[in-house]
Amino acid sequence: MEAVLSRAGMWFLLLVLSVAAVATAADGGFAVHMTILAIVAFVALCLTVARSDFDSLGNAIVRAPADPSRYDDDPVRWGVIATVGWSIVGMLAGLVVALQLVFPALNLEPWLNFGRLRPLHTSGVIFAFGGNVLIASSFYVVQRTCRTRLAFPGLARFVFWGYQLFIVLAATGYLLGITQSREYAEPEWYVDLWLTIVWVAYFVVFVGTLIRRTEPHIYVANWFYLSFIITIAMLHIVNNLAVPVTPLGSLSYSAFAGVQDALTQWWYGHNAVAFFLTVPFLAMMYYFVPKQAGRPIYSYRLSILHFWSLIFLYIWAGPHHLHYTALPDWAQTLGMVFSVILWMPSWGGMINGLMTLNGAWDKVRTDPIIRMMVLALAFYGMATFEGPMLSIKAVNSLSHYTDWTIGHVHAGALGWNGMISFAVVYFLVPRLWKRQRLYSLRWVNWHFWLATVGIVFYAAAMWVAGITQGLMWREYGADGYLVNSFVETVAALKPMYLLRAIGGVLYLAGAVLMVANVWLTIAGRQRAEAPLREAPYDPEADRPIVAVPAE
Amino acid sequence: MASSDPRPGAGRRIDEPTGTQTVGHEWDGIEELDTPMPRWWLWTFYLTIVWGLVYVVLYPAWPLVTQATEGVLGWSSRGQLAEEMTRESERKAPILAALAQVPIERLPEDSERMRAAIAGGRAAFKVNCVQCHGAGAAGGPGYPNLNDDDWLWGGDLKAIEYTLMKGIRQPGVDETRQSQMPAFDGILTAEQIGQVADHVLSLSGKARPSPAGAQLFADNCALCHGPQGRGDRALGAPNLADAIWLYGSSREQVVRQIRAPRHGVMPAWEHRLDPVTIKMLAAYVHSLGGGEDFVEVAADPAVQVDEQP
Repeated sequence: MEAVLSRAGMWFLLLVLSVAAVATAADGGFAVHMTILAIVAFVALCLTVARSDFDSLGNAIVRAPADPSRYDDDPVRWGVIATVGWSIVGMLAGLVVALQLVFPALNLEPWLNFGRLRPLHTSGVIFAFGGNVLIASSFYVVQRTCRTRLAFPGLARFVFWGYQLFIVLAATGYLLGITQSREYAEPEWYVDLWLTIVWVAYFVVFVGTLIRRTEPHIYVANWFYLSFIITIAMLHIVNNLAVPVTPLGSLSYSAFAGVQDALTQWWYGHNAVAFFLTVPFLAMMYYFVPKQAGRPIYSYRLSILHFWSLIFLYIWAGPHHLHYTALPDWAQTLGMVFSVILWMPSWGGMINGLMTLNGAWDKVRTDPIIRMMVLALAFYGMATFEGPMLSIKAVNSLSHYTDWTIGHVHAGALGWNGMISFAVVYFLVPRLWKRQRLYSLRWVNWHFWLATVGIVFYAAAMWVAGITQGLMWREYGADGYLVNSFVETVAALKPMYLLRAIGGVLYLAGAVLMVANVWLTIAGRQRAEAPLREAPYDPEADRPIVAVPAE
Repeated sequence: MASSDPRPGAGRRIDEPTGTQTVGHEWDGIEELDTPMPRWWLWTFYLTIVWGLVYVVLYPAWPLVTQATEGVLGWSSRGQLAEEMTRESERKAPILAALAQVPIERLPEDSERMRAAIAGGRAAFKVNCVQCHGAGAAGGPGYPNLNDDDWLWGGDLKAIEYTLMKGIRQPGVDETRQSQMPAFDGILTAEQIGQVADHVLSLSGKARPSPAGAQLFADNCALCHGPQGRGDRALGAPNLADAIWLYGSSREQVVRQIRAPRHGVMPAWEHRLDPVTIKMLAAYVHSLGGGEDFVEVAADPAVQVDEQP
């Protein structure tokens, strides 16, 4: 009872503070954000007071019995639902901005114009969709490969809910026009501080679980997850160093200026790709590919060398985003050299993933989840070849600022991050909700093809658009004058933009199919259909080792 | 269980499909093979490292205390840019010098010079003018179409050059093209404004003429727009009798323009662009289709230049 009282008191204090902040806010956006915080505090206060009711309600929806001989999968279940939900938000925003580029009338001023929806799309897919699948899968994988339950279960729940609050504050902030104008780091100072707290809690839960493992060795997937958590913390803190104009307003100024500011931003920006979209997704690959294929990892030695070379080299590659700018030549050289050397370490992950299927290649034909994983790894390989190539100055002078970059990042994001995440969701849902199988594996197959054709439309359109754009920008006539005005290059790209949007429709349609499939699976339904191959699952083996005292 | 046996290699076995030995660890059913790293992978990795080592010697790379190493090739991005720009400006120098010397009225006499001027003007137009006049110079509501032969301030090379240099209604420039149509809201009643609008539209056959409208036009508008409404270039008063409309040809739009006229502003470019670029721009705009010739030839064409049409 006392615990309930003190917790209720804490929520009440937060409620009072946030209401006070609303009353004294320096700008409207900050007031809206403090209102959101007040609502969160109010709901939490009500739930704390009515605790017992909530437990029974929660159990019915997402909670498994609190049995110490089972893994602590509540945050994983919530994370999977959040992943699936945010995927639609993020991809829909992407489709809208793609259509806005073809039909400018779709810019609904001021809240839904391109400038505000574009960060909603990028953060929605990277941090909301990607972040949730990473947090959920890391909690799932670290428990199973350590054969122990999550350390600090309360903190793990805080990580989940705290991260959702971060997403809501970031997303609403974009629509309200609150931004610090740093790509992939748009949220303002107070949201950054909040994410820092959540991230440190995430680190504590993850490392705590590693420490109490009952396995003698730490599995390779956990190396990747850990380097992701540590490096993202470092990148986030350094790039967001800023001074608020007032503690009660949303505006702040960066601690850096000029080219130093640009380099800090792209050191962060490129490593968001590296340590958010590559390293932890490789962690997922290292657990879920061998599980689904039922095969051992191809090469332990390769995993060691490519892990260390990858994380050592990636952190230096950022300056290639600033070729031919005010950035000194020496920094551009280093960015390019490290990017090119990065080629093989990146491919190490692809090799280890694909070659794990040695002895199981027949399953590509019969198992749509394996098929998704293989396609993901193929796109990972393509994107990590294209990346070093684009970082070469001679290529970059053509590709920079064009849609080729957009095509490149989407080959990675749609092909690699999207496909491997979908595969993981399909792997997890029947196991987490104790269902015999997915509602429909045939639908997974449909999802695979919709997404694949969508990616082909998208990537092909953007390659053509980007190279057209680059060539038109640099086209000189016989007299030595530029041939095209900027607006003529924009007009030339319009058909490509439309094809890109069509690709987006197909990809989004696949994701909608996934939502329905996940929904119906959780509801306990099974579609009557011709069977496809499924990975075997033994619920008896899927439990922590409790007999061995770990602490 | 093999995995909980901490001795190294305790769980090693030969994997049947590949014939490769496992490392001996096991996590949640996942094992690892002890496959050596693929040779092609390893050698390509070494090769990129060697390439990287060579590259950082050839090019600027290593930050030292006060500056970075310059690289044995001596290359720099600023140096490369300066070299390319110098080469290009040396190539263009003769034609630009010739264009600077020739008075604009004499420009069309040498077709090669005129062609070079139009090419340069096209490029300058794409940078400086398309924002208002459009990529094809077709203009838009409030922004004149430069492809037609309807000129507010004159369409020979000299008149165009003057407009470019001094701008239109550019604040702070004394010689700017200046015209100001009064707002008739309050001077005329709403009914009278409607009658004038009908009269204006009747000039191009878009409405029926009326004696009242004609009288109002003669009293209030003809001074600048002329009795037939054909405009006056000296005042920048538009021709109202043709089918070209700057602010729209519907009755509503004409009424609005009489009630509260809008007055567009074009910047004066003489302090932003060099005289040769302005000359080239004038040649380009003149070449678009509506450019007019000088009709009054000066008495001594060798010394003086031709006059307005």
